[in-house]
Amino acid sequence: MTTATETAPRTIARRRRTAAERSRSVIWHLALLASLVVVLYPAFWVVTASLKPNEDIITNLSPIPTTIVWENFTSAFDGLAGIPLWRFFWNSFVIAALSVVGIVVSCSITAYALGRLSFPGRKAMFAVVIATLLLPGQVMLIPQYLIFSELDVVNTIFPLVIGKFLGLDAFFVFMYVQFLRGIPRELDQAAMIDGAGHFRIFFSIMLPLLRPAIVTSSIFTFIGSWNDFMGPLIYLHEIAKFPLPRLLQSYNNTEAVTNYGGMMAMTLLSLVPVVLFFLVFQKFLIKGIATSGVKG
Amino acid sequence: MSASPSTAAAPAASEAGTPTARGTRGTAKRRPPVTRRGERLAGYTFMTPWIIGSLVFTVGPMLWSLYLSFTDYHLILGGDFIGLANYRAMFDDPMFARAVKVTLLYVVLAVPLKLAASLAVAMLLTQSRRGIGFYRAAFYMPSLIAMSVGMALVWKALFATDGPQDQIMSWFGWEGGGFIGNPDVSILMLVLLSVWTFGAPMVIFMAGLLQVPGELHEAAQVDGAGKWHRFVHITIPMLSPVIFFNVLMETVHAFQMFGPAFIIGGTAGGPAWSTLFYTVRVYALAFVDLRMGYASAWAWMLVLAVGVVTLIMFRAAKNLVYYAGEDNK
Repeated sequence: MTTATETAPRTIARRRRTAAERSRSVIWHLALLASLVVVLYPAFWVVTASLKPNEDIITNLSPIPTTIVWENFTSAFDGLAGIPLWRFFWNSFVIAALSVVGIVVSCSITAYALGRLSFPGRKAMFAVVIATLLLPGQVMLIPQYLIFSELDVVNTIFPLVIGKFLGLDAFFVFMYVQFLRGIPRELDQAAMIDGAGHFRIFFSIMLPLLRPAIVTSSIFTFIGSWNDFMGPLIYLHEIAKFPLPRLLQSYNNTEAVTNYGGMMAMTLLSLVPVVLFFLVFQKFLIKGIATSGVKG
Repeated sequence: MSASPSTAAAPAASEAGTPTARGTRGTAKRRPPVTRRGERLAGYTFMTPWIIGSLVFTVGPMLWSLYLSFTDYHLILGGDFIGLANYRAMFDDPMFARAVKVTLLYVVLAVPLKLAASLAVAMLLTQSRRGIGFYRAAFYMPSLIAMSVGMALVWKALFATDGPQDQIMSWFGWEGGGFIGNPDVSILMLVLLSVWTFGAPMVIFMAGLLQVPGELHEAAQVDGAGKWHRFVHITIPMLSPVIFFNVLMETVHAFQMFGPAFIIGGTAGGPAWSTLFYTVRVYALAFVDLRMGYASAWAWMLVLAVGVVTLIMFRAAKNLVYYAGEDNK
């Protein structure tokens, strides 16, 4: 839209403006590149820090390591307390993958009911979803912990993923509802005339059309779960079960005193999957937030 | 963008559409007619996981924690009903005053700075120029990693004594050392970490900016309005629903800051309680001191505070937010 409206007057006066336009364009690029240097500095810093010897990491400002130390990575791969690093990656991955499955399954069915069906209590339930969107989750933390310890599932990943399978993540339910509302009603009606029931409509029509929402929510859920610290902090107490954030926290409290470089290498490795994910899916991601925000 | 008209039209279509659809459905012979009861049954079936989950893990726990907040429940020692004593005790608790001060200071600094940065960059990134996709992705990237434990550790190093921030600032005469050891400025580390995630609201601002009709700017330009004038009188009003959404969400989230604060300041919110965030203190009370009754009272105070702030924002929005195409009276 802006492309159309902005270029139209420009083409008329193109000959007169080219020189001014070009210099403005250069300034625009320079301004953005300069701010990018500042914005991406911390991310770049961790890359170089992981290659520096311990004593240089904090004090040596030079972005290029004077001596490259690969030992940081070998010690990072050793993990913590005799448990190799890949194990912590696997723990993180299992929690993230289960969360993704849970979110996609539970949010799509919950949103279908809330967004496309009418039944008594629907409005009240949707109001609860919206309210939980703004409600500080800390208020439920203590009773939830008591429930999970009563169920004897503390120190397992059950408390970390069960909410995802029950559609309790209000943000994604809301996102799916918004998305489903954009799908024309005529599709359901046509299917009903052909004799399809609600389950058939959900599986054959809605699920395939929900694909963009499914992709976006999967990416966000994966990254959110990968970064989650509070859940594992409260529920996981055994090192062998730790996901990466808990590993980093423990490492910071113990090994990092003598092996700062190892921790920086570990930090870098823990961030790599998120950045890779982002590079592959960035178009979906940016579109996803934009729609959920503006339509709300 | 093409989806938005149909989004608005969908509810209307549903109400108008159902009676006719029901009429046709009655004549379908191959399957039993999908009646209103069928829709109701399907609705409740699809909602079953959510209903169970909400009762067990959301609504139930809320009521339970409200009850706990009136007890002196301790995870091991148990406890009794003590009425409002917890709430009274909070106001004599020096930690409460510290936690409130730190959290409010953070909200007041981080939210406006982050939103100002995100709106500024969003305006630069909604012009049609070459390489725009690259810039959008690059500016957005930090918001995905900023709230991780890993980045909190990086932040600790960046703001350590003799670290990059200390060295660079000392070129300009700074003598306060690394932010991490200086209680006067340590909160700024977390403010900066939050500002660093400006990419998320930026993307929402960009979507909003692209929906501002270009004709408005052209008309104002013809009338001789300058850039600043157009920003204040066109961009800001047209963008106000999006600004409202961002302010609301960022504020609610800022009140709940936990992970990076925990890593950087620990459960004691060091140095000298200067990073003692409210949620960090709730965690320490509940899971370190095991004083779950008292911690529940703290948690409910947070709910009340966020509730009041949200309410004030919705009230203010009635006068401040402009919805295009609606009667704004």
